[in-house]
Amino acid sequence: MIPERARPNKSALKSWLLSDAPASAFQARAGRIYSGCLDFSKNRSAVLGLSIILFLILIAILAPRIAPCDPLLTDLKNRLQPISPKHFFGTDELGRDIFSRIVFGSRLTLYVVGLVAVIAAPAGIVIGTISGYLGGAIDTLLMRITDIFLAFPKLILALALVAALGPGIENAVIAIAVTSWPAYARIARAETLTLRSCDFIHAIRLQGAGPFRIITGHIMPLCLSSLIVRVTLDMAGVILTAAGLGFLGLGAQPPSPEWGAMTSGGRAYILDYWWVITLPGSAIFVVSLAFNLLGDGLREVLDPRKGY
Amino acid sequence: MAAALLSIKNLNVIFSGARGEVHAVKGVSFSMGKEKIGIVGESGSGKTVTGRAILKLLPASAGICADAMDFNGQDLLHKSEKEMRSIRGRGIAMVMQDPRYSLNPVRTVGWQIAESYRAHRNVSGKEARRRTLEMLEAVRIRNPDQVYGLYPREVSGGMGQRIMIAMMLIPEPALLIADEPTSALDVTVQCQILEILDDLVTRRGMGLILISHDLELVSAFCDRVIVMYGGRIMEICDAKDLHESRHPYTRGLLNCLPKITGNPDPLPTLNRDDALLNAFFLG
Amino acid sequence: MLTITRLDMVFGAGAAQSHAVNNVSFEIQKGTSFGLIGESGCGKSTVLNCITGLLTGWTGEIRIGGRAQQRKRDLSFYRAVQMVFQDPYGSLHPRHTIDRTLREPLAIHGLNDAVRRVEKTLDAVGLDSRFRFRYPHQLSGGQRQRAAIARALILEPEVILLDEPTSALDVSIQAEILNLLKRIQKERSLTYLLVSHDLAVVSHMCGVIAVMNQGAVVEELTPENLRQGDIRHPYIRELMAAGRNFR
Repeated sequence: MIPERARPNKSALKSWLLSDAPASAFQARAGRIYSGCLDFSKNRSAVLGLSIILFLILIAILAPRIAPCDPLLTDLKNRLQPISPKHFFGTDELGRDIFSRIVFGSRLTLYVVGLVAVIAAPAGIVIGTISGYLGGAIDTLLMRITDIFLAFPKLILALALVAALGPGIENAVIAIAVTSWPAYARIARAETLTLRSCDFIHAIRLQGAGPFRIITGHIMPLCLSSLIVRVTLDMAGVILTAAGLGFLGLGAQPPSPEWGAMTSGGRAYILDYWWVITLPGSAIFVVSLAFNLLGDGLREVLDPRKGY
Repeated sequence: MAAALLSIKNLNVIFSGARGEVHAVKGVSFSMGKEKIGIVGESGSGKTVTGRAILKLLPASAGICADAMDFNGQDLLHKSEKEMRSIRGRGIAMVMQDPRYSLNPVRTVGWQIAESYRAHRNVSGKEARRRTLEMLEAVRIRNPDQVYGLYPREVSGGMGQRIMIAMMLIPEPALLIADEPTSALDVTVQCQILEILDDLVTRRGMGLILISHDLELVSAFCDRVIVMYGGRIMEICDAKDLHESRHPYTRGLLNCLPKITGNPDPLPTLNRDDALLNAFFLG
Repeated sequence: MLTITRLDMVFGAGAAQSHAVNNVSFEIQKGTSFGLIGESGCGKSTVLNCITGLLTGWTGEIRIGGRAQQRKRDLSFYRAVQMVFQDPYGSLHPRHTIDRTLREPLAIHGLNDAVRRVEKTLDAVGLDSRFRFRYPHQLSGGQRQRAAIARALILEPEVILLDEPTSALDVSIQAEILNLLKRIQKERSLTYLLVSHDLAVVSHMCGVIAVMNQGAVVEELTPENLRQGDIRHPYIRELMAAGRNFR
């Protein structure tokens, strides 16, 4: 998608990308990505999801320019103002501009989502593929540990961890990451078990490759696509868990403009001042939905069965 | 030939996908009576698509058009999906390559055969069971009572294919389309399955379309053979004359099969050029 | 070149025990082809897996080029013995280009001059440079099998194990692949162990044919014996009859 817009000579580039006889590994890979993008762009809801997320990223980057007010500035004279041209989304119980808070809150949301993905997904894939490929005692050990983590309800475990580590957004991220890797490990292991008996893995073993090379070079890339899909779909859940922790006062601490904490703050005014809780709640809803749409779209593009 | 069981005129199937259109079947015409007809060709020759087009069992991306496609005097081409459903099974049945994918894994095989009988006949469960056991015996299963209660995973490939045949023949169709029914099986088992098919088809006066990649098998088993290549019919000939065929494509295929009796080295290979298609148009 | 002596392989234990390979011995001379034939479940693939080291529970002796092989193989084994699989759709990594697939063994064995070797090997199996950076899904079945043969050749082994290399291919492609295998055998004086269920293919390729049934080699014969009908074991007669009856 991006190269198409970036270069002026569209048709030459297109035929280069879709060439049947690529002249280099780079061209082959670019062509593969390009046809993936073509498939993806046909899925409207996935494109919608991606656009919302890109839009969110843009907002997060440009937050200081977009937000009309300081998100932390309290103005008790103007508390609980309704929607008006001055305050697009009204003000909250301390007179802070809700629109600005939502705009700055997007940074926190992305921070949580990004960190959880960066911590939990690699941990899950490494543990899952090692466990699945090596089998035996290592498999039993790793999977029992995974089972222990899976035996607790996610939110309860996160609560316990935050309670132990102390409230705060970093600790919330750690708590969520710790509770979400076991699911990824399970997926990666299941995938590895089927891949392990495939002829192409036998073939590379017969070339003399050791377990490290096979796992990193041959099995992980194939687990990656289903994992990306799963992580994307889970992001909605991560946002909700983060919001839930914020709502319970264990996530981001006031006055930071975290969406979950904002809904929590608006709880007392839900009947008379609906916007205080509804608007941050809608932001959570829209972003979660976007991740779900994107995940479904990615599933269709990255479906590992298509490659065979 | 008396009234044809199945007659197809100028059948075309076009798949339209993201990467353009694929013309899978190009102008196929043939008609058959109550006989065994074989369709042979290599992968991509359109033989399977032809078989499925007759039953209209193709995905939505496929467009079927033909001048005529009549089965027993009924026009298949303009039948709705609902009308086709009453033809499938009772009028025309189909046996696929691998029985393990065609059987429901959580039901006993006996139940599935009985169900396919009851779907077409209004009979009691007891009667369906009796017919099923008869049918299992007809496909030479020695202990039908025992096999009735087995699950698909508990039967071997050869047994599974017999069960599929029993299931497809129990509604007494007039035409059976068998798509590579024995390719997944060992040669000795292959033989038994074909014998059973031959016996049942002859005894019941059915038509059979056997789709296969195996020239030798088709020429030994069928009455007539249709050779397909690139979506087109290359030639239609009597099976006994297949080995004397003069058609360059058929000859090419026959020549490149290794034989126990000795072979040239290197083996002759097939020259896939346009001359083949031209020979078709000129001849 | 390859000597198997009293190879035994037992799966499972107790009531579920099955003797997959039962006292199998044979010897393959350098530069010749040896055929192993039998129906599915006769143990022929198990023999291959014991030779390659994918299975470890075997007993008996496997000698390659005079060296007895241990359960665990070292790197030099893989340079001497390579394998071509039955299903060309499953034996190539779906996310790797042909180039990557061929470079991988070179990287494992620390061989330099990768580009030249890849090009030379592709050329030897009749794939021109257009195919080098394609993914498997951009190739036909026959081209994939050529790529798989190239992968087996790139380490310049002495023995190649062929597991039904053409049974998933069309007959015209089968002829091309068989010709290719014969040609490279002659050029490189390779030793083949060909496993197949097709008597005609094996008799075309091999000088000696061993017939397996229920885990044991029931008879060893030559294509000449087959032609003359000089067969002792009834099972082979049955196989041949089955081949003739409806074929």
